[in-house]
Amino acid sequence: MSVLEVAGLAKSFGGVKAVDGVTFNVERGEFLALIGPNGAGKSTCFNMINGQLTPDAGDVRLDGRSIARLSPRQIWSAGVGRTFQIAATFASFTVIENVQMALLSHRGEVYRFVGGVGPRHREEAIALLDRVGMADQSYRSSRELAYGDVKRLELAIALANDPKLLLMDEPTAGMATKERNELIALVKRLVVEHGISVLFTEHSMDVVFTFADRIVVLARGRLIAEGDAASIRANKDVQAVYLGTGKVFERKGAARPSGAQAP
Amino acid sequence: MTIDALLFQALNGLASASSLFLIGVGLSIIFGVSRIVNMAHGSLYMLGIYIAYSCATHIGGAFGFWGGIVISTLLVAAIGAMIEIVLLRRIYRAPELFQLLATFAVVLVVSDLTLWIWGNEDLLGPRAPGMTGAVEILGRRMPTYDIFMMFVGPAVLLVLYWLLARTRFGRLIRAATQDREMVGALGVDQARLFTLVFALGAGLAGLGGALQLPREPANLAIDLNLIGDAFVVVVVGGMGSITGAYLAALIIAEIKALCIALGAQTIFGVSFNFSRLTLVAEFLVMAVVLIVRPYGLMGRAQGLIRTLAIPEEPVRAADAMTKGLAGIVLAVLVVMPLASAYWPYATVLGIDMLIAALFATSLHFIKGPGGMHSFGHAAYFGLGAYGAGLAVKAGGLSTMPALLVVAPLAAFAGAALFGWFCVRLSGVYLAMLTLAFGQIVWSIVYQWETFTGGSNGVVGVWPQGLLADRSIYYWLVLALTVSGVMFLRTVIFAPFGLGLRAVRDNPLRAAAIGLDVRRIQWIAFILAGTVCGVAGGLYAFAKGSISPETIHVGRSIDGIVMVLLGGLQTVSGPVIGGPLFTLLQDTLIRQVSYWRAALGIVILIIVLVFPQGVVGSIAHWRQWLAERARRPA
Amino acid sequence: MSTSVLSVDNLNAWYGAAHILFDVSLNIGRGEVVALMGRNGAGKSTTLKAIMGLIERRSGAVTFEGRDISRLDPFRVARLGLGYVPEDRRIFTELTVNENLDVGRQPSRTWSDGNPAPVWTEERLFALFPNLGAMPDRPGGQMSGGEQQMLTVARTLMGNPLLVLLDEPSEGVAPVIVEQMVNTIVALKQEGLSILLSEQNIHFAEAVCDRAYVLEKGHIRWQGEMQALLADTETQRALLTI
Repeated sequence: MSVLEVAGLAKSFGGVKAVDGVTFNVERGEFLALIGPNGAGKSTCFNMINGQLTPDAGDVRLDGRSIARLSPRQIWSAGVGRTFQIAATFASFTVIENVQMALLSHRGEVYRFVGGVGPRHREEAIALLDRVGMADQSYRSSRELAYGDVKRLELAIALANDPKLLLMDEPTAGMATKERNELIALVKRLVVEHGISVLFTEHSMDVVFTFADRIVVLARGRLIAEGDAASIRANKDVQAVYLGTGKVFERKGAARPSGAQAP
Repeated sequence: MTIDALLFQALNGLASASSLFLIGVGLSIIFGVSRIVNMAHGSLYMLGIYIAYSCATHIGGAFGFWGGIVISTLLVAAIGAMIEIVLLRRIYRAPELFQLLATFAVVLVVSDLTLWIWGNEDLLGPRAPGMTGAVEILGRRMPTYDIFMMFVGPAVLLVLYWLLARTRFGRLIRAATQDREMVGALGVDQARLFTLVFALGAGLAGLGGALQLPREPANLAIDLNLIGDAFVVVVVGGMGSITGAYLAALIIAEIKALCIALGAQTIFGVSFNFSRLTLVAEFLVMAVVLIVRPYGLMGRAQGLIRTLAIPEEPVRAADAMTKGLAGIVLAVLVVMPLASAYWPYATVLGIDMLIAALFATSLHFIKGPGGMHSFGHAAYFGLGAYGAGLAVKAGGLSTMPALLVVAPLAAFAGAALFGWFCVRLSGVYLAMLTLAFGQIVWSIVYQWETFTGGSNGVVGVWPQGLLADRSIYYWLVLALTVSGVMFLRTVIFAPFGLGLRAVRDNPLRAAAIGLDVRRIQWIAFILAGTVCGVAGGLYAFAKGSISPETIHVGRSIDGIVMVLLGGLQTVSGPVIGGPLFTLLQDTLIRQVSYWRAALGIVILIIVLVFPQGVVGSIAHWRQWLAERARRPA
Repeated sequence: MSTSVLSVDNLNAWYGAAHILFDVSLNIGRGEVVALMGRNGAGKSTTLKAIMGLIERRSGAVTFEGRDISRLDPFRVARLGLGYVPEDRRIFTELTVNENLDVGRQPSRTWSDGNPAPVWTEERLFALFPNLGAMPDRPGGQMSGGEQQMLTVARTLMGNPLLVLLDEPSEGVAPVIVEQMVNTIVALKQEGLSILLSEQNIHFAEAVCDRAYVLEKGHIRWQGEMQALLADTETQRALLTI
């Protein structure tokens, strides 16, 4: 069954159609990549799903219930977690406070005016940090973290309300290959262990072709292709607008991920 | 009223629009490029009038007047360049509000410099040679100079538009507005570019002032009175937009003209004098515009502006040493009235310092953890003061209920109403809207003579019964201040405080984990306003009288100075900053004749020596010492 | 190797109290395209910024065309003919393509031996980047990421640089754009320009670079011919990929 159904989504800015009738689904436990050239409408699409933008037309349904036109806050309550392209944590917090904040919000305890935050949901926060391998850094200031760790912390925050769906906007942007693969492997493990679905945008074709269950390609606001790694790679339209000849991301001589073909 | 009268006033409005435009446009250009809110803009304008006055009277004749305008423009431009080179260049990397503090110090210094050079008499300049007459329009006489002024604004607008759109200098300015470092990496001497932009903005202020000479006397209150007008024009027009600035000036001037044209009218049997609205008209326009178009008429959302400031440290609970120190200070404060036998002034000064601590702490609450930069916090102080005072004088209540119920309630109501609008904006726009609401409260109090006593204020508000004893009143102030401070401190460390800081750090992220950004900010605004109301109430009974000065923009700025003195990023900062500022001001007023300049210089030294505020710097040094001790020799 | 255009000796750099670069030394000859490789956080961008003078606290010697530039402001460095293309593009979004180019404009210059260096005009750049030529009056903010990437390179070329510091040109853009970037760099090399390129993508570096330096935690750990790095899977594994 589909966790997320995106149907006929459209949005224009000043007469320019940024997203033009895009339809696709995300199945339960699926790891779905949304790719395409810059300016293809990926971000706009993403922001309509997470509530930052209101669609001009179309619908977004989570477990059959429409979440289009809800605020980001309501969409979060409905069970959608999110990470940002430029990892966004609360810079003046310690690592654990970041997670505690999300837990307080999830439990509806934000409007408490007395009693320190320190002990509240501490164990649960540490458990979440442990899941992303950050428990040993709980009391560090989050602004001191290495970028890869900020990304993992962000993931822990996003997991605090047991989301059904995780939206990840370029999760590996600004990371080196090693960190990239580690992070995505971690996400993939969480997906499998907790039955979460993930919709992500990504520019690293290595990551997309290695890890994505399915790939949706946007260009000029329209969906131009949809399928597994092999079929997307072989698709002439996708090659023309996005992939090119593949010489700048192919790994010569390296073992290819299953399903991928040589160009 | 006839159509002719209306049209005539509309024409008059065009002349005023030019004046307003010249007031605001320089500020807009400076802010656009440097992101510095130049509080000294009004001071530069004031210097323009004074210099033009000297030229017109000492040189005399047509050359003295018209040449004087050119001389004023160039001289003020040079002064602006000097301020940039000597002061601002050193603090571009400091937090935004620190820059503001520095420019406010310049206001103080320029104010006393002007007093020293030109004295405190109002100086009325000559009429413009060659334009002393009037022209008959629509059956009324309009001064030739006003007609000239009508065209000055659009002419300056055209020149600036050409400069920005068509010249390389303009392109560089627009590029630097977005990313100054990148402009430098492309081979542009950005330091020189910034100096030139400051000179341009300052020169426009000088020109505006000089042109105003035949229309109003040069006086020492211009600097602060004008800064409100300037901010309104810039914000309504949209930060950095010169066309927007003219449009804003035009709308405000025409609405004011309309109010004057309407005059006293009777609507549904109630007589109302519209001309009184002129004082608040611009602020109402601003409030409406900002709610409909949060970035001004021609402004755009401030997306990718590169800030150079560093993010904050996590808030840590007080350590044993800080707690011990606080205990000692509290003990000293409790026994302080006993010293009044030797130094009677101790209790009086102590009360002022404590009230300042509470005032500053409430402001810090929304500024620091809340990240909302209020420029109108005096409004809630004033509402508390007037609420308490009028409850006693007009309502016949006794001291305690007035202080503990009416003062906080009045401030609560104001903060709830104004805060609802304010939290819809952010950054400089929010700051300006708070300023607007502050000015509205001030204007209403000032004009509603029958209730508030107008400029005379409310007198004879002394505490009753036991509290009439200064020492006992001191202890009450101490108790309420400590409670208020502890309350806000508790909230900062509670889940709500964490939520508030989360919203400040990253509103998008906060919303994405389910926090209701506006609601949290609104509640914080109300909490701070209410506590501030108590401070206002305490102030009313401490002074025995209240005047509109209590709400004046000057007090809001004092509050900002207090908070910054203590350090924005420390929870205990305002408790030190408030009293320190009060002590400093009190001492300087009593010891030094040019106390404003002295205070300004002290602030400048603090800005350059303690870039993190006093408490922030002490914490920084402690950390540095600890690190040094840890390192092996 | 031909005459050295840029030589960096024992460059150190700090962000606040954090020591980021440790005694980095490197050399670029005229007409050479050199890769500065390494993982994220290895210090690649910091090295380029430190050479440019964009980092406040630095020490060591930086010699460009025979002149010591280690104490110069960034704008003075740029005026000597050192071009800088930042990794995140930093286009002036309110300015049009033409205006962006104009901000970068500097007089033509000669090499230290008196020979004239390549001179760039709008016409030549539009020939190199036909996309830009098709939209001279479009504001930078309304361009796609790939077009912005082209514009940021073109803007720096307007300064007629002798050497270009190119920070991660392949980061975050579509593979087709990366391929165009390869062609651009090859074209610039043919003009005789020197390029120091920070890069993580070894396929990209392979396509354009003569030599490479590999950074790890702020130290140069490897240097040599590009071909040697490609053959040295051991170094690749230790310092780059895994």
